[in-house]
Amino acid sequence: MGPFHLTADWGSWVSYLVPLAIGMGFGAALEMSGFGDSRKLAAQFYFKDVTVLKVMFTGIVVAGTLIGLSSAVGLLDFDQIFVNPTYLAPGIVGGLIMGVGFIIGGFCPGTSLVAASTLKIDGILFVLGVATGIFFFGETVASFDGFFHATAMGRFTLPELFGMDAGIVLMGVVAMALFMFRGGEMLEAHFGRGVPARQLRFLPRRPMAWVFGGTLFLIAGAAALIGQPDAERRWDLKAGTLMPRLADRAVLVHPMEVAELTQDTSLYVRVLDLRPERQFNLFHLRNATRVTPQRLRDPEYIKSLKGLPPNTVLFTVSNDDDLAAEGWRLLAAQGIDNAYVVEGGINRWLTLFPPPPCLATPRAGARSVEEPAFVFHRAVGDCCNSAYPEIRHKELPSDCYLSAHPGSAAHSGAGARAPDAPPVPFERKVKLKQRAAARGGCS
Amino acid sequence: MTAKPYINPYLGGTFLGVVLFLAFLLTGGGLGASGAVNRVQVAVLDGIAPAHVDRVPYFADLAGGDRNALDDPSIWMLAGTLLGGLISGLAFGRVRPEIRRGPNVSNATRLVAAFVGGAIMGYGARLARGCTSGQALSGGAVLSVGSWAFMLAVFAGGYLLAHSVRRLWN
Repeated sequence: MGPFHLTADWGSWVSYLVPLAIGMGFGAALEMSGFGDSRKLAAQFYFKDVTVLKVMFTGIVVAGTLIGLSSAVGLLDFDQIFVNPTYLAPGIVGGLIMGVGFIIGGFCPGTSLVAASTLKIDGILFVLGVATGIFFFGETVASFDGFFHATAMGRFTLPELFGMDAGIVLMGVVAMALFMFRGGEMLEAHFGRGVPARQLRFLPRRPMAWVFGGTLFLIAGAAALIGQPDAERRWDLKAGTLMPRLADRAVLVHPMEVAELTQDTSLYVRVLDLRPERQFNLFHLRNATRVTPQRLRDPEYIKSLKGLPPNTVLFTVSNDDDLAAEGWRLLAAQGIDNAYVVEGGINRWLTLFPPPPCLATPRAGARSVEEPAFVFHRAVGDCCNSAYPEIRHKELPSDCYLSAHPGSAAHSGAGARAPDAPPVPFERKVKLKQRAAARGGCS
Repeated sequence: MTAKPYINPYLGGTFLGVVLFLAFLLTGGGLGASGAVNRVQVAVLDGIAPAHVDRVPYFADLAGGDRNALDDPSIWMLAGTLLGGLISGLAFGRVRPEIRRGPNVSNATRLVAAFVGGAIMGYGARLARGCTSGQALSGGAVLSVGSWAFMLAVFAGGYLLAHSVRRLWN
């Protein structure tokens, strides 16, 4: 399943050849379409020749529908591809400035490269101008840093904006593009070739026009019909790579490591607790939020998790491993990379970091899977040392002290583990995964 | 050799779209041009005034200390774009030193306009975090809200000023 991130392995010959080949296709496509000629580009703004609109929007809808369909059928993981983050205000102002530069200079950066490569001297001058403009931007951006980062909306797509499936949005985009193509052709005929307005007809006569438009509609329609995969289908598509991580216990992290990471100030540790509300209220780990499996299927919630800082490590926890593993499965299927399971769940946690007997005692007799192994005599939430064991300090035996304010007096030295407890050996498993370098060429 | 005509724009656009799709499939990202020009610019600057590059955060990100601004996939894409344009230009007989300009302006005016327009474009492209290729084309295909707003703004900016500078092109 794509994308293949062939440039992520930077330094190998493939990682050089792939962008080189893509660039060659890009340059050739622009040159063949006439984008090396500034007059042809500028004519767009006088309705004499709307080649810019035709080529650009054809490129967008062809690529867009292919991405939409391959994502729907599971060939491409949309989560893993770069979507330009939205910074609305600087984007619009920058766009307006670029429009001005376009009509004065006659190129955009990409087309000027192609013009320069075919020795158009105006193209070469434009490229030098672009480099100069970029230089001035670098020199001045610090003075309006606030505006440069204003109205940040992160990864935000039209399907999310409209609350519709990507396939439906693509059908709308195709319809809009075809309408603009035909409108553009009529403007060309009128302003470019002087055909009187009343002789223009909207529906094209050429059969190829219908084949072209129909094919684009079909691809977008197929994407809409299949729909973008939900959490379950995404798991099915990725089970081949994700299942072994669970089977090898590579994502099951020892409570000791979890406790250590919680106190690592360079990380942002969040715990998603899948137990029932009552058990959560009786006791939960510091930094824990209660979630249900349904909530982990909600795209909005997943999006909010993805919006957390890149140094976030997520853990799922339940009383044992089973329910937490199910939570991990949902997170991993939906493209959350830094998710792990607290191995052994709350039951093992409380065995390692026992609460004082006045708060909780081990349950007598046999218990079934995912049943709590401790009985809490009062609801402590995360207001006891077991919820946030102070593992770095020489610890005193814990007493029945219950802090009213989490994070204050609770950690004055009183720890959940007895000072003479032997160290617990464990294997470190958490590796903070940064997103592969999937960035646009403009980054 | 006389230049051959340009190909059908819908065919050219389809070719462009397939290349863009392959870029996403193979690398996880789209196309781009201004980012690589930025890197070349910073690399040149780093050769002239390395201490200055280290002091300006926007430049230091790319070439601060012993970082090499040119060690990036986008540079290879830039080389490919030039090469692809050259190959196509050779194949269609369009490679020759010349200046393309409107009928009513001198060569000098055209060259000054190209440089000034390029500078404005370069500034705007960095402010918008991408040029027509990296923002409008690539972001448009993955349906980014910001990219579509940007695209409309580019056309709006061009059309707003087109009448005032019509002597450049007509």
